[in-house]
Amino acid sequence: MPMIEMKNVSKWYGAFQVLTECSTQVEKGEVIVVCGPSGSGKSTLIKCVNGLEPFQQGEVRVNGISVGDPKTDLPKLRAHVGMVFQHFELFPHMSITENLAIAQVKVLGRGKDEARERGLKLLDRVGLRSQADKFPGQLSGGQQQRVAIARALSMDPICMLFDEPTSALDPEMINEVLDVMVELAQEGMTMMVVTHEMGFARKVAHRVVFMDQGRIVEDDKKEAFFGSPRSERAQQFLSKILHH
Amino acid sequence: MLTLDFGFLTPAVVSSYVLKGFVFSLQLTLIAMLGGIALGTVLALMRLSSKSWLTLPAAAYVNTMRSIPLVMVILWFFLLIPLIIGRPLGAEMSAIITFTLFEAAYYSEIMRAGIQSIPRGQVAAGYALGMRYGQTMRLIVLPQAFRNMLPVLLTQTIILFQDTSLVYAIGAYDLLKGFEVAGKNFNRPVETYLVAAVLYFITSFSLSMLVRKLQQRIAIIR
Amino acid sequence: MSTWDWQVFCKDTIDGEIVPRCFGGAGDITYLDWLLSAWGWTLSVSLLALLVALAFGSLMGILRTTPHRGLVLLGNAWTELFRNIPLLVQIFLWYHVVPALIPPLRGVPSFILVVLGLGLFTSARVSEQVKAGIQSLPRGQRMAGLALGFTLPQTYRHVILPMAFRIVIPPLTSEAMNIVKNSAVAFAVSISELTLFALQAQEETARGIEIYLAVTGLYFISAFAINRAFHFVEQRVRVPGMIGGGH
Repeated sequence: MPMIEMKNVSKWYGAFQVLTECSTQVEKGEVIVVCGPSGSGKSTLIKCVNGLEPFQQGEVRVNGISVGDPKTDLPKLRAHVGMVFQHFELFPHMSITENLAIAQVKVLGRGKDEARERGLKLLDRVGLRSQADKFPGQLSGGQQQRVAIARALSMDPICMLFDEPTSALDPEMINEVLDVMVELAQEGMTMMVVTHEMGFARKVAHRVVFMDQGRIVEDDKKEAFFGSPRSERAQQFLSKILHH
Repeated sequence: MLTLDFGFLTPAVVSSYVLKGFVFSLQLTLIAMLGGIALGTVLALMRLSSKSWLTLPAAAYVNTMRSIPLVMVILWFFLLIPLIIGRPLGAEMSAIITFTLFEAAYYSEIMRAGIQSIPRGQVAAGYALGMRYGQTMRLIVLPQAFRNMLPVLLTQTIILFQDTSLVYAIGAYDLLKGFEVAGKNFNRPVETYLVAAVLYFITSFSLSMLVRKLQQRIAIIR
Repeated sequence: MSTWDWQVFCKDTIDGEIVPRCFGGAGDITYLDWLLSAWGWTLSVSLLALLVALAFGSLMGILRTTPHRGLVLLGNAWTELFRNIPLLVQIFLWYHVVPALIPPLRGVPSFILVVLGLGLFTSARVSEQVKAGIQSLPRGQRMAGLALGFTLPQTYRHVILPMAFRIVIPPLTSEAMNIVKNSAVAFAVSISELTLFALQAQEETARGIEIYLAVTGLYFISAFAINRAFHFVEQRVRVPGMIGGGH
């Protein structure tokens, strides 16, 4: 059974169709990168995986559980699907430690001390132990995003979703975040990553999905995608991305 | 030209006439503020929900309250509450209920603006961590909205404090009434109204200075 | 209490007899007559107070944006004074205290005193809005005016105020609607306006709900009419190309 499975997912905003018959899957331990020009629907697609965006047609299953089924307890499902956002979305009114602990305590029901310990351990792992008592506003963008990754990991996720995790960062901070993600991938985490960072894709992705105008145009093994993308759109996109 | 003589306002007179009224005015302000913010927050959440059976009644309530003069609202409640509960209710109790329900409409507009000022991504982040609607609101959105809107909420409370003088319409014994009674008994209405005005001024003015300080501090944090 | 009795408005205010066609004739006044006259008082107080508030509020708001410290101080003091005393207390000051301290004012009718009280109270709020409107304009506008050789008053007259007033029309609309609502405090000094009518007629007829509904309805209508009037002005003075402007 694949960890994430999408079958013919379609979505409309009113009359405007943002996703058309999208199908793909992510096996356990697999890393797939979703790319495409802006407005191609890739962010919407990844938010369908944990039900942050509702969809009207098709099916999404995470670890066998149907996301679109109204009977599914979505909060329970999401508690084990980590997500990292473009704009970090740390909670500005809480310290870093509190950001890491709050969902462990309130959602998973862990004790406060246990949650704090686990949070500190993960902070260590992303290299930010010394920032534990600061507030998000006092950290750089790159640091905030590493905390956000630690926060997602604190929930012991079965898979991780990344929605353009580096596109709001200054160029010199992109690598510190990518390094954490690469490490995570090498440890065998199941990951679905929306990004334009083709270096990351070459390094750790197993497959690359290319989207355009709400459709999945290519869904290839990494080597095949970078070797000879079949569609003209993907070729254009790649040449633009790689040459700037 | 009349000469002013404040000599009759001895501590004894002040404590027997004015103090009781001042305490009630403050009590009324405090209860209506706490109750109004709580109820106003619920109304704001209702108005921002996607279900029309929640938004419509909340919107109707808020808009009705906001388009009727407060004096008329005070009179309405003073007339209606006894009909509903079947027995007369003192002017003071009636005022407390009225102000709580009335101010809720104004506080709800402030809280609504505050909630809308929180980026949608914050809500998404709460959900993505497995939080439910109630948890996301209680732990993530409302604390931030409340903090952002604190100066506005306090400014509204200063207006509320001034408005409590309108319980005059139903004869409740508040700060203004205390001065009025004292003025009548000592036949010194001019002096008592002046002192009342000064007292209201000092209270409101110092509170609004405090709010301004707070505003600057919050501006720095952002 | 279980049934409506709207005929209460057709009753004579003295003997309580129902008058045919509801309007009283010579010497007789029905509650409907009284209600309409009270509405007239409410509207008169509101509209005149609005003029006072706009005149003083604009002046003080403008003063607060000038480069002269003294004028800024005057505008600030004015605004704080009239903003931090409850309206009802201000009305009492005008009614009981001012004539006592300034004897020539003793003969002034209470209607005028209420108009001044409500108007000056609201002028503090208008001054806040006008100041905010002027400060929301880019600073370059003022400099451009002065650079063209305008004096400061000319810069205000031709450059700053025409835009600032367009900007503050929406907040002034709600202040104008507030004036209608706030005019209700005039009951406290025996101006025979809607709220005083409500209090007295309710007592005389014991038909409080009908009386209050009628009064509340008239407040609604009055505030709505003012809202429409300001919208009309807003449409008329729109500048093409500005946000929310025409084409």
